[in-house]
Amino acid sequence: MSEDIVLKAEDLTKHYGGVHALEGADFEMKKGEHVAIMGDNGAGKSTFVRQITGVEQRTRGKVWLYGEEVNFAGPLDAREAGIETVFQTLALADDLDVPDNLFLGREKTFANWLGPFRILDYKGMRKATLAGLEKTAVKIPNIRNTIQNMSGGQRQCVAIARTATFQSRLTIMDEPTAALGVQETEQVEHIIKTLKENSEPLILVSHNMRQVFDLVDRIVVFRRGRICANLAKADTDPQDVVAYITGAKTGEEYRESAL
Amino acid sequence: MEETSHGTGGLTFDKSKRSWPNEMNILLALIIIIVIFEILGQALPYMKDQSFLFDSRDRFDSIFNEARLKIIILQVAIIGIIALGVTQVIITAGIDLSSGPLVAATAMIAMSLAQTELVNGYPNPKAVFGVWAMDLPVIIPVVAGLIFGAMIGAINGTFIAYFRIPPFIATLGMFMICRGIALWWSGGNPVSFPTESFKSIGAGMMPVFWFLSLAVIFHFILKYTVYGKHTYAIGSNEEAARMSGINVKRHKVLVYMIASMLAAFAGVILSAKASTAQAGMGEFYELFAIAMAVIGGISLTGGRGSIIGTVLGAMVFGVIRSGFTFVKLDGSYQLMAMGGIIIAAVVLDQYRQRNKA
Repeated sequence: MSEDIVLKAEDLTKHYGGVHALEGADFEMKKGEHVAIMGDNGAGKSTFVRQITGVEQRTRGKVWLYGEEVNFAGPLDAREAGIETVFQTLALADDLDVPDNLFLGREKTFANWLGPFRILDYKGMRKATLAGLEKTAVKIPNIRNTIQNMSGGQRQCVAIARTATFQSRLTIMDEPTAALGVQETEQVEHIIKTLKENSEPLILVSHNMRQVFDLVDRIVVFRRGRICANLAKADTDPQDVVAYITGAKTGEEYRESAL
Repeated sequence: MEETSHGTGGLTFDKSKRSWPNEMNILLALIIIIVIFEILGQALPYMKDQSFLFDSRDRFDSIFNEARLKIIILQVAIIGIIALGVTQVIITAGIDLSSGPLVAATAMIAMSLAQTELVNGYPNPKAVFGVWAMDLPVIIPVVAGLIFGAMIGAINGTFIAYFRIPPFIATLGMFMICRGIALWWSGGNPVSFPTESFKSIGAGMMPVFWFLSLAVIFHFILKYTVYGKHTYAIGSNEEAARMSGINVKRHKVLVYMIASMLAAFAGVILSAKASTAQAGMGEFYELFAIAMAVIGGISLTGGRGSIIGTVLGAMVFGVIRSGFTFVKLDGSYQLMAMGGIIIAAVVLDQYRQRNKA
């Protein structure tokens, strides 16, 4: 398989007991590509993301990352392989500051022979944090502030800045602007554009049609746990996408499987 | 906003912008309480101008009343050691109610391995084991106590982390189990007559030495090690900690083990100090330890608190105890005042948190 394919999934399936949350999803994305995942609530978008990031274990199917088949036992495995995820529920610890949150679970340390009591390299982490924030053009008044004193936008930026700090090979954002105001949304979108300029691959789960058409190259639509369309942005328009989301239309190649 | 050398506008980690640390408030409260007792000493008619803090009678040829200062800290040292562990548990949003009875159970076990064979030339009348357990090196009762503590902590932690028993319930059960062990150990009889070397680890100001040394060590561990960072992270947002790849369950077991080992060590030191071990020892210690942490500004919902805060909380505890004795008010007033202060500490803290957000 070509190294140019960042992520490939075949027959990705997840059943929660009798509920078929995700059924036979085939997915592929190229280097430098920004892909949006759209669909109604419960269409399987977040389930799809959770299978790829190792948060849950898939029922069936295969996943390749840069041509290599992967089976993540947990989110840390996925991170170590280079997949950074900004979750819908912000995975940030309120009482810790910015570097602490960025490096949570993979701290820079000294004296590693001390096991759990190995010593934190605060200075190294601060430096890397500043570099990561600069790379994503995230502006935060003081990185020593705890997260609880930050606005929703700033929090989201911290979550996103994680991806830049660790040279991720694939970034996944699950509705990163759902809870944000206009200005904050702009800030996040600006970061996404910066990622695009650096040709860092991104999967964006979003309900926001304008945002999707602004930011991505390709749109994949989910419906009732199945992929029902795979559209290049140039060949489609918002109305068309809505038709796919609501089920008025189904992509040619998906007709057989879709209900 | 100030331009920084990093060139990206607001990016900075200027130390001066860090908020007023919570610990300063407790220090302030401590000073205020001392001043109140100082004033009471001067103002109350029956006190005859005594000073609480200073050496008013030139007995010791020094500025401060050192005898009082020593008593203040000695009184809280042993419960303070427990509080160091409870602090860590509470930071993970847990609670440990088992520490008081654990003190008693550990005291019994340690003392049984610290007895002398002969007391005034006669066989030890309180002997628990045979001659093999007599006149052992001091390290053996200490290590035995710590191992017992580690076991209790591991059981607490396992039930809480892996079986999802609420910490309050799991440690409440362990509270009763440990008290039961302490009573069962020697059939309710006290265990006494330890070796001189065992007595020496709890003699004089030794409890204070252990308390402050352990406080320094755990302050460092909580602030500068991965263990500490993960402890705060779990209390702050357990879900985030899990998603970040922290092994939350294993970490919780470790925290409860460390807390119980500290309580067990307190039990060893207490029995050495008292030269005896009794099943009723350590009554209310678990609650006093929690109270010290609470006065020290810890949040029972987790994520916030510090060793420095708890040490200051312990000092407030000690000063109030000593102060009420100083103004000749008996223990009943002391308990009432302490209760009021605990509630006031939490009310003030919540008010402060609301204003900050």
